[in-house]
Amino acid sequence: SSHEHKLNFRKSKEACLSYIQDALLQKQWKRAAEFLTCYVESLEKDYSREHIGPSEMIWRIGTEILWHHSQSSMKEFNCFMEQMKTLGVKRYLKVCLEHVFHLLCNGQIDEAYQNLSVAESWRFGEQTAIQDKEMKLIEAYRGLLDYYSWSKQKNILLEHGEDGFSDLAVEQEMHSYFRKAAVNLKEIIKIPGVWDVFVKCYVDLLEFYGDHNEARQVLNEYAYNSKFPANPNAHVYLYQFLKRQGESKKSLISALKILHDIVPSHELMIDFNTMLQKSKKRKKRQLGLEVIFAALDYAGWKENAKAWSCLARQLKQIVISEKHLDWIKQEWNSRKDWWPAFHFSRYLAKRNWQENKSLSYEKALVAGILLGKDCKYFKYVSHQGCKAQLKRFRMLKKFVNRHHPVYLRISG
Amino acid sequence: RDFNERCAQCSEVNWGLTDGGRFYCRSCHNVTERTREVVNTDFITNSRVQTISKGLRKQEKNDGGCEWYICEGFQLVLKKQAEALEALGVCPQMKDEILCSFWRCYLQKSKQAYCKRPAGETVKALSACESSTDADSDPERPSLLHLLSLSESEGDLQTDCSFASSVSKVSESTSVYSGSVDGSLYLMKNQKEKLRMTMPMTLSFCYMALLWLKEPITLSELLRFVVEGHIPYLNVFQHFPEKMKLCGLDLRIFCVESWPVYEEVFNKMHELAAFLDLPRFPDITDSCFLHPDMLCMKYLMEANLPDELHNWTCRVVKKIGIGEVDFLTLMPGNKSTRKVKYDVLAAAVIVVVLKLLFLLDDHYEWLLSEFAEERNKNNTEGGPYFEFKKWYEVVKQSLDVEQKKLDEERAKYLWRCEKPLFYSIKSKSKVLKRREMVVNLQNQFGKLSGSVRRVEKPNPSSFQLSWSEENTDGSCFHGHSLKGVLQEKCGLLTAINPDYWLCTVKLCNEKLCGHLAHYREVEFPQSYHFVLGLFSFLLRIQPSYIHDEVCMIEHKLFNKKLYKKLKYNTVLRK
Repeated sequence: SSHEHKLNFRKSKEACLSYIQDALLQKQWKRAAEFLTCYVESLEKDYSREHIGPSEMIWRIGTEILWHHSQSSMKEFNCFMEQMKTLGVKRYLKVCLEHVFHLLCNGQIDEAYQNLSVAESWRFGEQTAIQDKEMKLIEAYRGLLDYYSWSKQKNILLEHGEDGFSDLAVEQEMHSYFRKAAVNLKEIIKIPGVWDVFVKCYVDLLEFYGDHNEARQVLNEYAYNSKFPANPNAHVYLYQFLKRQGESKKSLISALKILHDIVPSHELMIDFNTMLQKSKKRKKRQLGLEVIFAALDYAGWKENAKAWSCLARQLKQIVISEKHLDWIKQEWNSRKDWWPAFHFSRYLAKRNWQENKSLSYEKALVAGILLGKDCKYFKYVSHQGCKAQLKRFRMLKKFVNRHHPVYLRISG
Repeated sequence: RDFNERCAQCSEVNWGLTDGGRFYCRSCHNVTERTREVVNTDFITNSRVQTISKGLRKQEKNDGGCEWYICEGFQLVLKKQAEALEALGVCPQMKDEILCSFWRCYLQKSKQAYCKRPAGETVKALSACESSTDADSDPERPSLLHLLSLSESEGDLQTDCSFASSVSKVSESTSVYSGSVDGSLYLMKNQKEKLRMTMPMTLSFCYMALLWLKEPITLSELLRFVVEGHIPYLNVFQHFPEKMKLCGLDLRIFCVESWPVYEEVFNKMHELAAFLDLPRFPDITDSCFLHPDMLCMKYLMEANLPDELHNWTCRVVKKIGIGEVDFLTLMPGNKSTRKVKYDVLAAAVIVVVLKLLFLLDDHYEWLLSEFAEERNKNNTEGGPYFEFKKWYEVVKQSLDVEQKKLDEERAKYLWRCEKPLFYSIKSKSKVLKRREMVVNLQNQFGKLSGSVRRVEKPNPSSFQLSWSEENTDGSCFHGHSLKGVLQEKCGLLTAINPDYWLCTVKLCNEKLCGHLAHYREVEFPQSYHFVLGLFSFLLRIQPSYIHDEVCMIEHKLFNKKLYKKLKYNTVLRK
């Protein structure tokens, strides 16, 4: 509260806004509405020097209140949005777009489509050129809704196809939606940006109609064009596409390499490691080891039995062959200070054993190799396993004991 | 208004329009029977008229507006304010005699009426306006944009930006736009010379009249009534008669966007009194409401403090001579005496008394309170002793509640009035559209507000906080005894507290830095800050103003001791 005694219009409205803000943060929609009612007269003042003017404030605050207020209906909401569209011509398309988002959230796809069409046909002197970006987005979303319609028609067609019917009308419609969608989707993904949903849909369309070249080109652009912001998903989409196309391991690996660089903890790292382990090239196998170690650096992977089994398998293979122990040494060097506490504590040994025997088996194997037979994790788990008379734990114990000298060479 | 006849009395052709729509001669104040209807609208070509634009000429034929002068507008404002004051209980003399006289005197002294029209002025204005197509043609005349960017002392209209841009487009074809005849001239006048009239100054006029009549309304109360809406100020122009069209530059003069500030109204009032060459005001004696003894009584009650403290305030007042008639009565033009802020002074006296009795150093007052508490527990006969702690808790709670209410009210304040305002004809449709949208939005969100918004103003009351002795919860301290903090010495009651700390050892030069002292919250005890805050709330002024007065009083009180060496100690022995 301010003890400010010199009060003027501006300060009064500033205070009003801060009350609105408090109310919004506390989800007190009625109170926010009360103060907003007092704030709206700011529209009659000129705030052209301000960064955010009252019309924008009212639009944003009003949207929040109407969206959440229990007594507000969709009809009121739409009415309000229409008013907001007339308030600021510089913001017209933005308001349209946000309105569309709300309609979509509310499941009103048709209304959303109508609004998009109306917005698309809007022209306002030089504003049209200035708001070019928003216009592209509007076209893109309409394209998206066209895709959605296409998808529905496609499903109908497939159903009919199963039943032996062939519906020409449906097919025609489907194709027309395809054309409409493709045009707009293609346009937006030319502009550098993050367009995951548009790209996916467009590629889906292309694949359906057999235009794999175009699809490949689009995905390559999206993933490798340096003008586009770094986006792990781009690589994931490309990888998935290549996999669907039955591409060679080599291209699959090169697609995932960048993903590993950007997001070492990505779930596809397991696939990546699996492919790399099997490679005939030494460098690739070493990379595989790097990849799986890097993934397990992340807390989210701690209990991922599959990941541990990948690592275990590779370590085991190296230990048996006694070749490339230096790979292990290199990876372990930066981790030996913290992995023991992070993964191989006695507490975790107990917990893993209780919750997931397979996980504890794989981890014990890794621990045994990296930390030797005297490490507490290995000792506890193998002891428990032998007590429970599980064969593989006995084998595990034997294996680690036998290869203890290797550990000594690694740790030395 | 093409009334070209010569005046019967003075033979001048210099006509104005009264409220009743009759022509009166500005030179000799002769009112004729001729009314506006008789006149044809080609009058505009008359050279005496000050500001007309081509657009306005068309306007006049259609919308039934008349020509009016800025001072007429102010006259209406004053009239409304006086009527409101009368409704509040002020004697009718104020409106009919005092305020009227002051106003006429002002008009005469500032040469706006009741005198020979300075003809040269009009002609100059005319030429300036007619050749407005090229702003550079007359290098001496301030350009329109410069004019508009002059910031006013009171709340500048932030529409400068849009207005400037709209007028600059307009200026090619028309001249300065205002509904009144002399709107632009009014703003262009050299302010310093003639004490140009402003909205806050209307309150200075009111206060001056109230002071002359020694009415029981302090300036802080007056300003509070203005904010609470009991006295017209904000949007008072909506009560102007239909034919007085308000637009363009008029808005700059009559539309206020900030509440009047105590200091400003106060200072202007004194300037005004000197400007009008007023004689010494009627004496403020000790039976007057404005006398510190009386005001202290009122504030003590409102602050929920014991009545017994009144003895002490009277003692302080007497000791430092601020109850003297000559000290309290206003002598306009006398620059040597410090101007008296009656309300602030009384509040400051109470603060000083509290410091005398309780020290307020964040330790002693709580100590005294503990003793009183002990005594009150064990001994219930003879009435309770005043406990500072209890008083603090009770008052703080109420104060916090009221402050919170006040803050919310300020945030919810609606500044716009029903009557839409526009700067130029071009903006009219835009303004009306905006207004429609605002009203729609207000309706829409008003419905979602839940509780019905209280539309009526609170009843005007002199007391903002009230405490009833009938409350059995002991939350009223008026009857409590100060015995706990007093002792008898040589037949006289003195305070147990032997110490006193000065707010400041040296007073600043008010003329140089505007204040007697500089108040920073962190440098003073919390209790002192609380007490200042209490009166700051009641008077709706910054704590620093009260602090200034406290310093002034302390320096008068401890005058002799201050001449002694005080090297590093700010604590005095009494």
